[in-house]
Amino acid sequence: MSDLKRGISRRRVIKTGMAGILATGVSPLIISKGAWAQEFCNNPEVTGKAVFGFNVPLTGPYTEEGLDSLNGYQLAVKHINGEGDGGILKTLKPLALEGNGVLGKKIEFVTGDTQTNTDVARDGARRMIERDGAVVVTGSVTSGEAIAQQALCQEMGVIYMSGLTHSNDTTGKDKRRYGFRHFFNAYQSGVAIAPFLAAEYGNERRAYHLTADYTWGWTQEESIKNATEALGWETVNAVRTPLGAGDYSQFLTPVLNSGADVLILNHYGLDMVNSLPQAVQFGLRDRQVNGKQFEIVVPMFSELMAVGAGEAVRGIIGTSNWQWGLEDEGTKAFTTSYGSEYGVPPSQAAHTSYVQAILYADAVQRAGTFYPPEVIRALEGFEFDGAGNGPTLYRDADHQCFKEVLVVRGNENPTSNFDVLNVIGQTSREEVIYDPSIFGGELGPYEPNQC
Amino acid sequence: MNVFLTQLLNGLDKGGAYALIALGLTLVFGTLGVVNFAHGALFMLGCFCAVAFRYLLTIETVTIDPEQLSPWGAPLEVKTPVIQAWLGDFGAVLVDYSVPISILLAVPLMLLIGIAMERGLIKHFYKRTHAEQILVTFGLAIVLAEIVKTFFGPNPIPQPIPTALRGAADVGSWLGFAPHAITYPWWRLIYLMFSGVVIAGVFAFLQFTTYGMVVRAGMADREAVSILGINIDRRFTVVFGLAAVVAGVAGVMYTPLLAPNYMLGMDFLVLSFVVVVVGGMGSLGGAVAAGFLLGILQSFASMNEVRAIFPGIDQVIIYLVAVVILLVRPRGLMGRRGVMEG
Repeated sequence: MSDLKRGISRRRVIKTGMAGILATGVSPLIISKGAWAQEFCNNPEVTGKAVFGFNVPLTGPYTEEGLDSLNGYQLAVKHINGEGDGGILKTLKPLALEGNGVLGKKIEFVTGDTQTNTDVARDGARRMIERDGAVVVTGSVTSGEAIAQQALCQEMGVIYMSGLTHSNDTTGKDKRRYGFRHFFNAYQSGVAIAPFLAAEYGNERRAYHLTADYTWGWTQEESIKNATEALGWETVNAVRTPLGAGDYSQFLTPVLNSGADVLILNHYGLDMVNSLPQAVQFGLRDRQVNGKQFEIVVPMFSELMAVGAGEAVRGIIGTSNWQWGLEDEGTKAFTTSYGSEYGVPPSQAAHTSYVQAILYADAVQRAGTFYPPEVIRALEGFEFDGAGNGPTLYRDADHQCFKEVLVVRGNENPTSNFDVLNVIGQTSREEVIYDPSIFGGELGPYEPNQC
Repeated sequence: MNVFLTQLLNGLDKGGAYALIALGLTLVFGTLGVVNFAHGALFMLGCFCAVAFRYLLTIETVTIDPEQLSPWGAPLEVKTPVIQAWLGDFGAVLVDYSVPISILLAVPLMLLIGIAMERGLIKHFYKRTHAEQILVTFGLAIVLAEIVKTFFGPNPIPQPIPTALRGAADVGSWLGFAPHAITYPWWRLIYLMFSGVVIAGVFAFLQFTTYGMVVRAGMADREAVSILGINIDRRFTVVFGLAAVVAGVAGVMYTPLLAPNYMLGMDFLVLSFVVVVVGGMGSLGGAVAAGFLLGILQSFASMNEVRAIFPGIDQVIIYLVAVVILLVRPRGLMGRRGVMEG
């Protein structure tokens, strides 16, 4: 006698099977796109909420940038959730987001203060993941913070979208599969600024570097040295200064008699806001050395630093990731949206943070799941436009964005408090692309760890 | 020669700040016998007198200019300091010179704070051990820092140098060198001169006034002065106030050189204690001499030639000197025999 005839009918098998599936709660995973979406850290399908963790310095020498980053993130959440005027969701192409959250879930967020400190940043990211249930962590203003957080996020299987981080190491020797950088890097700054330095100051110069003593400063110093020495410049000395030194007089006095005719300040944030005016106070820009006018260069610039440094910044050349005065539609949309919200134009810190949050949300929407390996694949090799930097590529080999790099100069005749930087050049994406192998590093596996 | 003179100037400039803070610290120790770990906080409070004064001067009115549009298309907000609206160009000058003018606010305020601190807390610990004094004044320093953090936030608040004093002085041409051979920022030269004037003022007060003479007598033998019917405690209270004023004005004038934050006092406290220990606890002359000496040593240690031989020496030179002094001469360079030697 067959089994069916002993009372186990086909209908009963199907009914029992369906009941089992429903009882184990697997049905949503089967029904929804991304049936592979197994267990992963802070899965919104399990926790019932999609939480973004915004971890930025709200204290310490990079506070101004951190506060602006946070503004950018909060505006991004509004736009993702369908509030406000939509910002770059009106210009970003391609775009999967529909202005109703991500995969139908409204985005919530938690914030943290990294205190411009690597250890605190790492602890904050861990807390966001373990306690607050963050499905993504984003934010940094030092490369130390970014590198520490992306390493942690890789271990915990949570995607990390870095904020301001300019060190070559972030997407070089310390790159991670779970880490993504929209911001440009020191190598790109060197490539972009070199032709302008040659045109403005000639090929026979003697440069003296003052460098913030941590990963970003080291790689920027190296990149700018390589770029300027290729022009024919000689590097007289490169001196490391502690992060947050405040009084730079003891580092500036040796410059006066070093024979250098260019001072390159590899400083950022409050360090640069202190060191540049102090260098000007020491009369460096009034000096003639080697028969040439003494010049100061700040390879990495931001509007916030320019405002903080005041008159000292006028005429100083540097590079920037983005500037609110650009004429493209993405920049206009974001500047209008941000200015209406906060009453001031956005900085590059606000811009890159905003874009990173939008890009992550859009990648999830395109992937149809929060499952990190699928989101990573959606970001890798992603080509987009309309975010304010022209056509941009998220390169799959190192998770570095490639786009135009701006060369800027402190405005000699500002017409308002906002009018502090002029864009004097836009170096094309093709010119700043490089072989990812030159900086080494391994991305690591796609498969997530459990947090 | 140029290098030597530039470094010397830098050392004197740093030394001036060290000497000013150490002077007040050793004045309190010499008169009251109190090891005041809140002295750095007094320097920090002086800094925030300048910050508060500038806040008051720069309270703004906001008007909408419909003729101009912001970059995001909204009518432009035009902000004007109230003081400038009231006083015109003179108001603008007041705002520009807010740092030096804020000394007028800092002197009475710091005097009051010093007297209140001594009468309200310190006097109860005169007869306690140094360890207890250190604990209570350190606690006070933390409380003061947290109060400032509550009102002004945790971040540094840069203060501008007056426009006319932002450049560099051609010191080289004054000394017969080629033009621009030796330049040094005007504000740092002013700070150096200011330090000299304040130090000279304190010494003159103690040396050439009857009040100062009594204080010096009290420092030498407190009981003998009391037996003569002089209320030495009251005079020492005023001396504590004077020490607070010296620390406060040192802080005010230092704000354009280092953006003040609530932790600034702690940073300077350690340095100033090292200066006092090297100079000799309770020795006013020792504190001043050690302040300038350590400033100059630190400056020369930061020369590239020195750093090439001893990397990082500029960061530790002051502490190395302190260790050597404590080993070889525990009472400090000019300290009285027996003080801190037990």
